[in-house]
Amino acid sequence: MSKFLLKLYISGKTPRSENAIRNLRQICEENINEQYEIAIIDILEHPQSAEDERILATPTLIKSLPPPLRRLIGDLSETEKVLVGLDIRPVPATIKE
Amino acid sequence: MTTNAPSSSSQVEKLATGIPGFDLIAVGGFPIHRTTLIAGTAGSGKSVFAAQFIAEGIKQWNHAGVFVTFEEPPADIRRNMASLGWDIPAWEKQGKWIFVDASPHYEDDMVITGNYDLGAFLARLQHAISKVQAERVAIDSLGAIFTQFQEARVIRLELLRIATIMKQMQVTTVMTTEREQEYGNIARFGVEEFVADNVVILRNSLDEQIRHRTIEILKFRGTYHHKGEYPFTVVPEEGLVVVPLSAIKLNQQSTDVRVSSGNPKLDEMCAGGIFRDSIILVSGATGTGKTLMVTEFIAGGVNTGERCLLLAFEESREQLYRNAKGWGVDYQQMEESGQLKIISAYPENATLEDHLATIKTQIERFKPDRLALDSISALERITSAKGFRKFVIGIASFVKGHQLAALFTATTPDLIGGKSVTDAHISTLTDSIVLLRYVEAEGQIRRAITVLKMRGSMHEKLIREYIIDGHGMHIGEPFGYHANLLTGGSVSTYHNNPGCVNWQPEISNT
Repeated sequence: MSKFLLKLYISGKTPRSENAIRNLRQICEENINEQYEIAIIDILEHPQSAEDERILATPTLIKSLPPPLRRLIGDLSETEKVLVGLDIRPVPATIKE
Repeated sequence: MTTNAPSSSSQVEKLATGIPGFDLIAVGGFPIHRTTLIAGTAGSGKSVFAAQFIAEGIKQWNHAGVFVTFEEPPADIRRNMASLGWDIPAWEKQGKWIFVDASPHYEDDMVITGNYDLGAFLARLQHAISKVQAERVAIDSLGAIFTQFQEARVIRLELLRIATIMKQMQVTTVMTTEREQEYGNIARFGVEEFVADNVVILRNSLDEQIRHRTIEILKFRGTYHHKGEYPFTVVPEEGLVVVPLSAIKLNQQSTDVRVSSGNPKLDEMCAGGIFRDSIILVSGATGTGKTLMVTEFIAGGVNTGERCLLLAFEESREQLYRNAKGWGVDYQQMEESGQLKIISAYPENATLEDHLATIKTQIERFKPDRLALDSISALERITSAKGFRKFVIGIASFVKGHQLAALFTATTPDLIGGKSVTDAHISTLTDSIVLLRYVEAEGQIRRAITVLKMRGSMHEKLIREYIIDGHGMHIGEPFGYHANLLTGGSVSTYHNNPGCVNWQPEISNT
């Protein structure tokens, strides 16, 4: 059973950041059966980390583990897209490209 | 040139870009601490402009700069700009140049899951600015942001936020953006131009198989700039060079100063002489007297105490001495007195770039007041059309920058007539054009001279006859009633001239 490692990059304690944190916690609790770890990184305090990860938009969620690496942009309010993006749910046939 | 010097003509302070020629048309440079949009089609030189803005800042004023790339990875930019003589890795080590790498990474696909902004990008940009204490920022290019992020509304707001923060951080910013066509909408996404107070357009258009690169300042909010399109080129080891043709004139008091062409009658045709800092092109077939005109131009300068530099690409020094002596001009004595310097070279002995470098060095060392180049056509044969155009622009901008009176000769291939003055790229860069032509009139081959154009001055429009003898060129009376003299299809128009017609058609005898 693989462990999830999720890094959420936010820029400051804005309502949008708060939304993203809340949405992420909720999605994890309800959908991930495995162990998971969430790291929240405020790029205003750690700009170099944004530079290293080459992040442009906030909020950005990076799934470091399990592979493959995924980047999700936005406040994670569209749950279905988040679940697909994190490979928790398969890509629905209708939006397959 | 000083940086941050307030422009005398406006309230808005300018920051000299250091890009050769650009600060002249921008009347000092970019509005300081503002954002300027550089818009252009693909291949118009936007990225070079953006990189050069940072590079010149480092080279000339030790200003640190941030280069944000949304398109090419930094490694590519380092490599591409090395050919322009910019050692970006060295500047990075010195903490003078810093990249913010926002180039797309295709390895992972992005999923948009809700609202977002470019807060991370802004934080990185601010971090980079503080890290090197940057005074200049270049963002290349906005179009690539729109391809990475689809929501134009979000991006527009973010761009405004960037421009505002750049102003607060007191940095001067250039942003490049794509255009789809040379004339029409300023920018592709239709929002970029609202972000910047200032807009500059780069064009790269194909006109009769000749590429014309031009730069135009469309708007500078609250301050002055010169209007219209100015030619520019990208020179190896140097970068972008703008040829500020008429802008120089507007800036220099000395443009009203006229000097003699060395031929009093030609001075008369030019309304009192040629301008102190102008380039005259003398175009003519072989044997029409171009070299003689050069000789008179040189003698005219030496006689009024000026220093003259003669660049000869067709004849040796000995031949030149002999020719000049034939017209009563002693080049040898002039050279000995130090007022004249002749450089004679075979065009094929070096590349055109080397010739240009040599010419520049000679001008800087000898500091002439006038320069003659005989002939520019001889140099044309050793390079491509593109290389030649670069050379012409290079020498023209250099001559302008040093405020020299210059005379270039060009040989036309046809003995009689000839459609083109010379290739369009030379003629647009010269201020005045004098045509020397063989013409056929009354069953004879005669010689004709006319002043085709003279920028910034009235000039005579007549076609005059001239003869050449042991004393030089003698310009005489205008040719009479002839049409199409210069195109080779001379027709006497005597019978159509109303002043000479006594014969009246009988049309009213009903």
